[in-house]
Amino acid sequence: MNTNIAHFIRKESLHILRDKRTLLIVLLQPAVMLLLFGFAISTEVNDVRVAAVAPHRTEGVTEAIDRVAHNPNFTFYGYIRQNEIDDVLRRGDVTAVVVFADDYDRAMIQAAQGQTVTPPIQIVVDASNTNIAGTASAYLQNILLGTASAQSLFETRLLYNPQMKSAYNFVPGIMGIIFILVCAMMTSVSIVREKEVGTMEVLLVSPVRPTKIILAKMIPYFAISCVTLAIILLISRFVLDIPMSGGIGGIVFVSLVYLALALALGLLISTFARTQIAAWMVSAVVMLMPMIMLSGMLFPIENLPLVLQPLTCAVPARWYISVMRKMMIEGLPLDAVLLELSVLCFMLLAVLGLAFKKFNDKLE
Amino acid sequence: MKETVISIRELTKRFGRFTAVDRISFDVYKGEIFGFLGANGAGKTTAMRMLCGLSFPTSGNGTVAGFDVMREGEMIKRHIGYMSQRFSLYDDLTVMENIRLFAGIYKLTPYRTRRRAVELLSRLNFLNERHTLVGALPLGWKQKLAFSIATLHRPEIVFLDEPTGGVDPITRRQFWELIYEEANRGTTVFVTTHYMDEAEYCARVSIMVDGEVRALDTPAALKRQFAANSMDEVFRTIARGAKRAE
Repeated sequence: MNTNIAHFIRKESLHILRDKRTLLIVLLQPAVMLLLFGFAISTEVNDVRVAAVAPHRTEGVTEAIDRVAHNPNFTFYGYIRQNEIDDVLRRGDVTAVVVFADDYDRAMIQAAQGQTVTPPIQIVVDASNTNIAGTASAYLQNILLGTASAQSLFETRLLYNPQMKSAYNFVPGIMGIIFILVCAMMTSVSIVREKEVGTMEVLLVSPVRPTKIILAKMIPYFAISCVTLAIILLISRFVLDIPMSGGIGGIVFVSLVYLALALALGLLISTFARTQIAAWMVSAVVMLMPMIMLSGMLFPIENLPLVLQPLTCAVPARWYISVMRKMMIEGLPLDAVLLELSVLCFMLLAVLGLAFKKFNDKLE
Repeated sequence: MKETVISIRELTKRFGRFTAVDRISFDVYKGEIFGFLGANGAGKTTAMRMLCGLSFPTSGNGTVAGFDVMREGEMIKRHIGYMSQRFSLYDDLTVMENIRLFAGIYKLTPYRTRRRAVELLSRLNFLNERHTLVGALPLGWKQKLAFSIATLHRPEIVFLDEPTGGVDPITRRQFWELIYEEANRGTTVFVTTHYMDEAEYCARVSIMVDGEVRALDTPAALKRQFAANSMDEVFRTIARGAKRAE
């Protein structure tokens, strides 16, 4: 019984090992993507140049500016005149300008005493890059407020990711995407390749059960994905310094469920795709795009239009990414993500069932 | 009395309202080379799929290698070999790896696998190429290898679906020598082809038109019946009335 499944697994492994280029891509891509997103494509705001407009350089003003200048994220450009604001922003010399009111010091004292005042500080930001503009202005406000006695009004503490490193946020997202790429795309393309070349026909005429053919295809890809998972976790832990305090066992377990789900999706795709190109297109465009848009990887789900929000529930990556955020960054244990885990398990069973059914129907 | 290995009666396959194969009946004998001809769309492939246990007939009955086509598709699969019109080996595996894979599929013992492999490779003069990737072999070699692998497990019947597409006449001739050898050993060969010169090599030939078998006899008898000089003429006379075209 099991002798011929072993033959098939060996055959599939040979296919994978012989195709060196694909193998290399599969193994290197996660590392490259992680490092790129972790370091290069960062949404952190660094080295933002700030100018100031202050009619009177009072003690309060200089103290506030000192704070900004000493902050590692900002560089103080210098004091400018009111009518130069537009110029420096347009030339790109600075990203933000802080404008102090005439009576800055007095207003701050009044504000501290609880009186209503007209805002004594204006922040003018170059919003051509909305991302930088948003973060920089929020950050500037924090720093400037810190100078005033009004600081007692709010106390903000950033938990789990105190340095606001963007890599933290991206790693779960990248994991969600990579496994779909590796598992779904590679399995579907490899099954469809056999249909295209004609070898699938020969296998189907042979006494091997279709279930076995499929199972034998999934096992080596599952193994490769496990290697990929290990690479990602190692990089996350030792290069990007992600805490993963939720327990490595749980993280691996949920990831394995997600891997299996991705494989099942690939299988499902292969039942209706006729050519390798079609299989590739379906995995890349039809599946990957909504996954990037609707999984919460790039855009928080709460910010999506209301119509789209329920749709995100159907995107497996949404659940997986949420688990990884909780376990890798917030450090929650496995039993805090039971809802997500059960949704993933349910999806796995549903997709697998559908895929096997469709695959068997196709034979008729 | 000749031993029958395929025997079908009134075999029919409908897809919705379309009747792909319309009540075909014939017998194929042990060790015979049976040519299964028909224009594209005549229903050859559908008929062959039913005989191979890949698809269930809508109605009719029959046996292949002694097993019921309606119920015992899985048993049939074990007793037949199959080589498709498209290439049926793995290009990125070596000759030997392909042999081992198919030996594994048909559950040959390791001892028998080794023996059959040596036998097959020396007959084809492939011993030196056994670690070559199949993709690197010339098409004619690949087809001979595919045929030999299809008969690796010594099936009672081997189905060949347009096995010689795209190769030169000399290679085709060599390929047919392999087929004869196999038939002499007692294997029944069921072959579809578009080459009418190959039809002449068959012991008996059936010609399908519009889902029905319109003619079935030895090439010589068919030529006599249609007062034709070649199988080509016979085929054209019969296929002329075809309503279906691809």
